[in-house]
Amino acid sequence: MKIEVRGLTKTFGSATAVGGVSFVVNEGELLGLLGPSGSGKTTVLRLIAGLEVPTAGDIFIDGKRVNDLTVQERNIGFVFQHYALFKHLTVFDNIAFGLKIKKWNRRDIDQRITELLALMSLEGLGGRYPHQLSGGQRQRVAIARALAPRPSVLLMDEPFGAVDAKVRQELREWLIRLHTDLNVTSLFVTHDQEEAMEVSGRIIVFSKGKLEQAGSPADVYEEPATEFVARFIGSMNIVAGVVRHGQVQVGSLEFPAPGFSDGQTLQVGFRPYYVKVAEDPARYRQQAKLRHIYFLGVAYRLEIETPDGLILRSRMNKEEFRRCHFTVGQAVSFAVTHFRILPQEGAGPAIEAKPGSPIAGPLTP
Amino acid sequence: MDDRVQQAAVSLVEGRTLRCRGAWTMPDVAPVERALRRMTWPARSALVFEASGIEAFDTGGAVVLYRALMEARRQGCEVSIQGLRPDYAQLMSLVSSHWAAMVAEVAPRQNGSERFRASIRNRVAQGAGALEFLGESATALVRLVASPRRLRWRSCLNSLRLDGVHALPITGLLTFLIGVVIAYQGAEQLRKFGTNIFIVDLVGISLLREIAPLIAAILIAGRSGSAYAAQIGTMKVTEELDALQTFGLSPIELLVLPRVLALVVALPLLTAYADVLGVFGGMLIASNQLNVSFTAFLSRFEEAVALRHMLIGLGKAPFFAVIIALVGCYQGFQIRGGVDDVGRHTTISVVQSIFLVIIFDAICSILLNWWNL
Repeated sequence: MKIEVRGLTKTFGSATAVGGVSFVVNEGELLGLLGPSGSGKTTVLRLIAGLEVPTAGDIFIDGKRVNDLTVQERNIGFVFQHYALFKHLTVFDNIAFGLKIKKWNRRDIDQRITELLALMSLEGLGGRYPHQLSGGQRQRVAIARALAPRPSVLLMDEPFGAVDAKVRQELREWLIRLHTDLNVTSLFVTHDQEEAMEVSGRIIVFSKGKLEQAGSPADVYEEPATEFVARFIGSMNIVAGVVRHGQVQVGSLEFPAPGFSDGQTLQVGFRPYYVKVAEDPARYRQQAKLRHIYFLGVAYRLEIETPDGLILRSRMNKEEFRRCHFTVGQAVSFAVTHFRILPQEGAGPAIEAKPGSPIAGPLTP
Repeated sequence: MDDRVQQAAVSLVEGRTLRCRGAWTMPDVAPVERALRRMTWPARSALVFEASGIEAFDTGGAVVLYRALMEARRQGCEVSIQGLRPDYAQLMSLVSSHWAAMVAEVAPRQNGSERFRASIRNRVAQGAGALEFLGESATALVRLVASPRRLRWRSCLNSLRLDGVHALPITGLLTFLIGVVIAYQGAEQLRKFGTNIFIVDLVGISLLREIAPLIAAILIAGRSGSAYAAQIGTMKVTEELDALQTFGLSPIELLVLPRVLALVVALPLLTAYADVLGVFGGMLIASNQLNVSFTAFLSRFEEAVALRHMLIGLGKAPFFAVIIALVGCYQGFQIRGGVDDVGRHTTISVVQSIFLVIIFDAICSILLNWWNL
C-alpha cells in the first residue's frame, strides 16, 4: 500500500517535533527515515501509525485519508525499538495476540504462527518467554507479531538499535530478504547512516523536524542537497573560505567557485578518498604533516595537518598504503581531486549541483 | 595557564584598529567580553580588527569576537578582520554559520510575572491532563458496566492477591502497633482521673472511625499506588502501552480498571481486618496497664462504640481506594522518556495519593460533624 504524507506537523507545547513534512512511500518499497536523535523521525512514524495525533497535515494510506482512523483501523504493523513484547506471554501468545483480538479461529492462528515462526527462523521457540530469548530473537518475534495480522504497512522504529553489532548485521540482511519475500510496504527509522544505506531502497534524511533530502542511497551520498546531509552521511572534510577572484581560498588551498561574488563565505566539502596523499613532497602541490594513521580494517585513514593549521582526513586502500612507507610526523604532499561547494545551512537545497558542474568539479593537482 | 600565552586583551588604537591579543579561550575571555560590551565604537568609520595577536582561540572566543563584529556593524562601522589564523578563521565561520540557531536556542530570561504565568499555564495543562485521564477512566467504566464481559477477571484477581492478600501481614502488624500506642497514650491520662474504662471509647472510636482506614490507605498508597505508577510507567517506557494500542486495546480498560476495581474491593476488607487487630492491640494494653479485662473491654465496647463509627470508617475506604489507584495509574501514564522518570513519578504518586487521601478524610470529618454523625 502506498503511504503519502502531506504537510505533516506535530508540536509538543512550544517545541516543534515535525515541521511540515511531505513525502511518499511507494507500494512495496523499503524506505529508511534517517536522522540524528531528536530530528523527529520517530514522531513521523508514530504519526503515520496513529499513536500521535498530528497538529496539522494529512496522512494517506492507499489513497485514503486516515487522520481520523484509530490505530487498529489503519491496519499497520508496528515494531518498537525496545521490542515491547508482552513479558508474561510466550512467544506463541505474543505473536497470536493481535490475531486473538481479531477473533481468528484457533486453527487459522496455529497455522499462521507456524508459518511465521518458520519465516522468522524461530522454529521450536514458540513456548519460550521473551526473557529466555536473545536480543536478535526478540526482535524477530516483535516483527512476527507485527506481521501476523497481515498489515498493509510495516513500520519499524529503530528495529536494530538494541542489539549488538554482529547480530545487527545479520538482522539487516535478514530484513532485506524478508522484504523481498513479502514485499510489504515498509518504513523504518534509524540514526545509523550505514544501516539506512544498506537496507533501504530509498532514504529520507531528517534534521530538526524538517525533511532535508529524499533519494536513493547513492544520490544522498554523492549529491547531498544540504550541508547537513553532507555532514551527516559518510565522512566529509568541510572547510570554509572567502571567495576571491572566483576562487574559494582556504589557506593555501584554492577551489574554483565561478558565479559567486567576491567576499562571500562558502563551505567546501570533499570526501576523504578524494584527498590523495603521497610521501614524496614534490608529488602534489600542497604540503602537510602526517598527524595520525588509523587502521580501519578495510582501509587506512590518514590525518594530515596543513601549514595553516587545517586538519584533513584522507582515506587510502591497503595496497596503496603498503606501497608508501608513512611514519607519523613526516612531511607529505597532498591534493584534493574532487570537491563540492556546499549549500548554506538553512538555505535549503537551492544550489543544484552535479559532479562535473562548475561548482562541484575535479581539481587538477 | 601556559605562561607563554598572554592574558586576552583588546584595545582600540586611534579609533580605527581594534587590537586583539592573548588567549581568547573560555573562561579567560570573559574580561574581554566585558570590555567589548562597554566599548563605544567610532561612528560610521572603517574599522579593522587586528587579530594576529590572538594566540589561542576557541568557540567561546569566536562568539565574543563575532558578537563584537556584529555590534560594530550594527552601529554603522565598516569592519574587516585582519591576521586571523586560518584555523581560527574556520572556527569563526563555524560560529557565524550557526549564529542564528545559537541565538534562537538561548531562551530569553523570564521575569517574575512571566515565570508565574508560565507556571500557571503549566498547572492548567496538568490539570487538564488529569481531567482527561479521569474522563477516559469514567467512560471506560461506563463501557464496562454496559458489557461486563469485557472485564479482565484474571488481571483483577491478580491485583486483588498482590494488593490485598499480600498486604495483610504488614497492615495487621502496623494497626496492631497503632492500637498499642493509642492505648498507652490514653492510659497515662485516664489513670490520673481513675476513668480507666474509657480506654475502650478512646481506642474503639478513634481506630474504627479514623485511624484504621487511614493507616490502611497510607500503606496501600505506599505499596500499591507506587507499584501501579512503576508498572504502567515501565510499560510506557518499553512501549508496551503503544503496542497494546496498535492491537486496538485500550490501556485504560486493560490496566487501570482492573486495578481500581481490585483496590475498591481490597481496601475495605483490609480496613476491617485492621480494625480488628488495632482494637486487639488496645485491648492488650488496657488489660496490662489499666486492669481492664478482656471481658470488661468487650462488654463496654458493645455499648460505647456505635456501629456507625465502623461503617463510616469502612465507607471511606472505597473512596480512598479510588484515589490511590487513579493517582498511581495516572502518574504511570505521565512518565515520558527514561528510567529516572519512573522513579520520580513513583514518588509523586505516593505523595499525591497520601495528600489527597488525608484531604478527603478531613472533608469527611467536617461534613460528618455538621450532620452530627
